[in-house]
Amino acid sequence: MSASRASRFNQRSLAPVLFLAPAVLFFLFYVIFPIFQSIQISLYDWDGLGPKTYVGVDNYVELMDDEAFYTSLKNNVIWLVLYMLAIPAGLFIALFLNQTVFGMRLYKSLFFFPFVISQVVVGLVFTWFYDPSYGLLNVILGWFGMGPIAILGDETWVTYGIIFAGLWPQTAYCMILYITGLNAVDPEQIEAGRLDNAKGWKMLWYIILPQLKPATFIALVVTVIGALRSFDLVSIMTAGGPWGSSRVLAYYMYEKAFSEYGFRMGYGAAIAVVLFLIMMIYITFFLVKMYRDEKGL
Amino acid sequence: MFPTPIERRSVALQRLYKTALPIAMVMWLLPLIAVALTSIRSAGDITAGNYWGWPTSFNLIQNYSDIFTNTPLGSYMWNSVRVTVPTVIGALALSCMSGFALAVYKFKGDMLVFFMFVAGNFVPFQILMVPVRDLTLQMGLYNSVTGLALFHIAFQTGFCTLFMRNFIRSLPVELIEAARVEGVKEWRIFWFIILPLMRPAIAALAVLVFTFIWNDYFWATVLTQGAESQPVTAGLYSLNGQWVAAWHLVSAGSIVAALPPVAIFFLLQKHFIAGLTLGAVK
Repeated sequence: MSASRASRFNQRSLAPVLFLAPAVLFFLFYVIFPIFQSIQISLYDWDGLGPKTYVGVDNYVELMDDEAFYTSLKNNVIWLVLYMLAIPAGLFIALFLNQTVFGMRLYKSLFFFPFVISQVVVGLVFTWFYDPSYGLLNVILGWFGMGPIAILGDETWVTYGIIFAGLWPQTAYCMILYITGLNAVDPEQIEAGRLDNAKGWKMLWYIILPQLKPATFIALVVTVIGALRSFDLVSIMTAGGPWGSSRVLAYYMYEKAFSEYGFRMGYGAAIAVVLFLIMMIYITFFLVKMYRDEKGL
Repeated sequence: MFPTPIERRSVALQRLYKTALPIAMVMWLLPLIAVALTSIRSAGDITAGNYWGWPTSFNLIQNYSDIFTNTPLGSYMWNSVRVTVPTVIGALALSCMSGFALAVYKFKGDMLVFFMFVAGNFVPFQILMVPVRDLTLQMGLYNSVTGLALFHIAFQTGFCTLFMRNFIRSLPVELIEAARVEGVKEWRIFWFIILPLMRPAIAALAVLVFTFIWNDYFWATVLTQGAESQPVTAGLYSLNGQWVAAWHLVSAGSIVAALPPVAIFFLLQKHFIAGLTLGAVK
């Protein structure tokens, strides 16, 4: 009896280790260790093939005087701020679509469409949309006697043009989060609000939005991550141009490490570390909230 | 329901709503509609700048067969399949087990392991780029579908574990307790009791991971080059460089590349949205 109990106990302490081992090993190998390796590489001068030379914090010192680094950092901030528009825009569309008219399901799917397609396709579509000679945007501007403007060739407009393209799928994502959230709103509270004469904005602000808090939280998390991962669109639409004015940290890092400008792995890694530290603020914020929720359960 | 159901509003407002709906949808999808229309135009229309007028001829079949016969688009698509399908299977297999372990057992450091998966999932790709490329090179897997798929499996395991663990947590614990009292072995509990109940979670994640990986562009450019291993996202980008101003071909290629995730989304919409909105409702 006691022997079998002991074996049961062993099995229960061994089982989680066995179940976890493959996933944990894979994840450590490809995700966790590389983070530390990158931090280490950022202290070296390395072309990716030859020997590494230890240079201490030289790469970071160089970053402080790098004009292109500041341009990228500034663009990252613009991305972060403007990407937030996806949240209210998504809520707006969700409210617009939260009806039970014939064919609503299809409408909802079609509005969600941009999120399903690849950012490469989104980038190509918008590059063409902005095209100064044939693009739809300039055709429309032409009707009002304006334009043409080459959005992607203009240092002032280029980043905004790319962000606008990115907002398209991101808004669709936030929309679907809010549609699901709205379905779960307690109808009794709405009726109670109606009895208290709460309407329109008041109802939205005091009764609906508090109940949509989980959806808003997720929308915020995915939008911040989306904004900081803004590599694909920049690479496809402008390759950082014109004259590097639309670079973001994610793209500048890639350019430094792998492009024709030379294989500066150490310098690239230093840029990645900066990006990682910015992201770390959000990861910590998210983990703290999650930890609280777990303890609260 | 909020806002007030339109049926309870005035007739005028109802009419307005029903007219506004299709107009809003067309405007929302305008860039895509334009691309779809361009993909059936002739090369002549493109050079003449006839982008928005009535097409002089409809070249649906010609354009779409052109991109498959004159470019490696077919092989790019096949590479995408070879990366995406093993990734979906691999990431799901790993995360079913790890999610089970984290949901069912209490052990020292369980929270630490769980948070490692969650945090790793949010990391910017760039911090992994140099070491992962180097690692793949050293394993001799650079520029191969296997190298790309292995990395994707590892990275997606983070998100999938979070999802699976929370899903299993929501299942009734009594099931497991009862099985243990009966003396059922732990792996049999996993295989015969929990796994069958995880079907909805598996379906939701399969659809999501498929879409994420199919649409991945960054890792495709970092770990592969050339038509023998590049997936369609990276392939489309290199084709775009070759097809200067051949917008009818770029458009047709974009549509083809977008088709698989779109088809999956429409077929398995319920699962897709269930996966994406996990946590959006308390």
